[in-house]
Amino acid sequence: MKYFIALAILLLSPIARPAQALEVFACEPEWAALAGEIGGDGVSVFAATTARQDPHQVQARPALISRIRAADLVVCTGAELETGWLPVLLRQGANPRVQPGTAGYFEAASFVRLLEVPTRLDRADGDVHAAGNPHIQTDPNNIRLVGIALARRMAELDPARAAGYQAREAAFRGRLDAAIARWRVEAAPLKGVAVASQHKNWVYLLTWLGMKEVATLEPKPGVPASAGYIAQMVDELPRKGAKMILYAAYQDPKPSDFVSSRTGVPVVMLPFTAGGTARAGGLIAFYDDTVGRLLAGARGHAQRD
Amino acid sequence: MRPMRTIPAAALALLFASPAIGQETDVRSVRAEIARMRQDYESRIQRLETRLARAEAASTRTTATAERARRAAEAGARRPAPGNGPHDDQGAPEPGTETQAAAPARQTAAPAGADRGFNPSISVVLNGTVGGSRRDPAAYRMPGYSIGPDARPVDRGFALGESEITLSANIDQALHGALTLSFGRENTVSLEEAFIQTTSLPWGFTVKGGRFKSGIGYLNEHHAHTWDFADAPLPYRAMLNNQYADDGVQVKWLAPTKMFFEVGAEAFRGDAWPASGSANKGFGAFAAFAHIGDDIGAGGEGGSWRLGVSELWTKTANRIAGADTFDGDDRLTIVDAIYKWAPNGNFADRYIKLQGEYFHRLERGVFNGQGLSAVQQGFYVQAVWQFAPRWRVGARYDRVWGGSSNPGLAFGALDPSGRVGARESVMIDYSTSEFGRFRLQASLDQSSGKYDPSILLQYTVSLGAHGAHNY
Repeated sequence: MKYFIALAILLLSPIARPAQALEVFACEPEWAALAGEIGGDGVSVFAATTARQDPHQVQARPALISRIRAADLVVCTGAELETGWLPVLLRQGANPRVQPGTAGYFEAASFVRLLEVPTRLDRADGDVHAAGNPHIQTDPNNIRLVGIALARRMAELDPARAAGYQAREAAFRGRLDAAIARWRVEAAPLKGVAVASQHKNWVYLLTWLGMKEVATLEPKPGVPASAGYIAQMVDELPRKGAKMILYAAYQDPKPSDFVSSRTGVPVVMLPFTAGGTARAGGLIAFYDDTVGRLLAGARGHAQRD
Repeated sequence: MRPMRTIPAAALALLFASPAIGQETDVRSVRAEIARMRQDYESRIQRLETRLARAEAASTRTTATAERARRAAEAGARRPAPGNGPHDDQGAPEPGTETQAAAPARQTAAPAGADRGFNPSISVVLNGTVGGSRRDPAAYRMPGYSIGPDARPVDRGFALGESEITLSANIDQALHGALTLSFGRENTVSLEEAFIQTTSLPWGFTVKGGRFKSGIGYLNEHHAHTWDFADAPLPYRAMLNNQYADDGVQVKWLAPTKMFFEVGAEAFRGDAWPASGSANKGFGAFAAFAHIGDDIGAGGEGGSWRLGVSELWTKTANRIAGADTFDGDDRLTIVDAIYKWAPNGNFADRYIKLQGEYFHRLERGVFNGQGLSAVQQGFYVQAVWQFAPRWRVGARYDRVWGGSSNPGLAFGALDPSGRVGARESVMIDYSTSEFGRFRLQASLDQSSGKYDPSILLQYTVSLGAHGAHNY
């Protein structure tokens, strides 16, 4: 009986899988979209979170554990963004192919230059990430770099489809480059525009577009504002010349709305990642929508859902 | 450092452009020269990077290796597509990193979190309470149950809870290890957990060995500081002396299905309540459990759930609790269920968590010299609602009943005297951040057979490494 069970487990276990699709577990929607662009029909992509969820605060849900178990490739941001849940999934998912240090574990933040690397580490400074700000997907140039590295990794894991991955990545990069050139023109009026943000998750976007963050509605990253701090922001925002208040689709707009109602500075909700708004379906659409909303915001029109 | 690196690039370019390339000897010497320069620069860069790493390590713990790997990755990532992107204006390809990038792109540099460096991640949990109750916890008893030494309400007045230190790290490519020391209020130290766990077994198997909290039930595996109330539910208090951990081994198998399904089996020494005395030559307790769970809707937008069934068999040799002795067997069955929901599946601001567990225990053997065959049961249900960022409220109802009807044991610990132990608790807690929480809890406890209203203010904080929490 014992041998029969052992044999059954052997036969049922998915060892001979290369003929099947490459199973990709993406921690965030942007990496799911990127893996989909590069993988096409060769991959089956599962997104652990949606654009309407705060990627810092995800439950290590049973469904995620079983998806980790099935994955050939785990694509996550890294830089400690998923530190509250991914380690549990990796330990409980019992999948040696995707453990940190193996080819099946891909951290996007390793392939771009991180900004806002703290010079001191102290939780009194709020929810700071030792490696730097992890919200890299708001700059398409980062997506471009990660895409190149991801295509290589997928080719390494699935050599039979390597050429296809490289070709699809090159094609995607071509479209992205064309779009980046177009956004450079379209977003020119945004250069130097001062904004306030609800949470410090726009540094890559603002750096890309040459905008300035003059205030944050959180006194420290990840620490919700007190009433006193909000009142102070209401005073400061007009003086600092903020043209709009940015918040992400997954965030509760209350603090932004409140400050906006007292100061007249319009709120602009941004998709934050692919799928964050109805019009931000794919990656390029995500930046299209982001630039469009920022331009409208700069003209004084509030942007919500 | 960066401007320095462009110098060898320029030098190389000059060398390539030099007219001497026509002659083979020259080519060879140029190659040798390049190799020499490359080596020279690599060692210089390495030296610089070592210095940088040292400097960085002094101020922060961000490591230079991560940065080096990232730079190599960038160079590698940019190489196949030179000069066709607006982001390529970051300097010429650097010879120092060129050789590194030539290796297959496997720059999975730093694992998440503070696990970097070779030091284990350290986290410390501090907690304490201040409160009052009508009855003295020291005189606590539960009619129908012979209870363990920790099975009593939280101490009155100011009381330090258990302070914990956890060290954990990957041991190597195949193993993970963790140690949790717990310091009690009376300056006692106990080894709460000390285990190794596999990370790389094939086919969904995980093996854990050492001292660890058993996977039975739902709350049992969770550290007490992650519980939503300040104390254990009554069935845990009555039947497991709050929580079941012992020395042993656990084998788990996770099914290769989309729906979460895992089964596990455990064997223990048999020293922890309700077992005692390491019966069966140190193989005194066995457990088995199965869990099933899934998301409702994509991304868990309709919530997520888990159901579990567990069995714990314990053999007891000469267990002494107060004036009571017991030799025999326990068979405990637990059924647990949990459901969590948040708007859009976003747990940042608001969420609801519902959970409940049912315990059924059959205790057979010799109790104080009398034959015993007792059925004891209990359950708890609780709901926690985070109604605003950082603010949560919760309510819990728990109940235990049963005991022995043997007339020889009348008026003893196992005589329920017709009573049912029940308790109602409510709590409200405020978190200063992910790492700090203050909780106010009020309970109306009748589990001792008498009304015992109590109120408790508790703080629970964790510092050090950012722990990841189980579902």
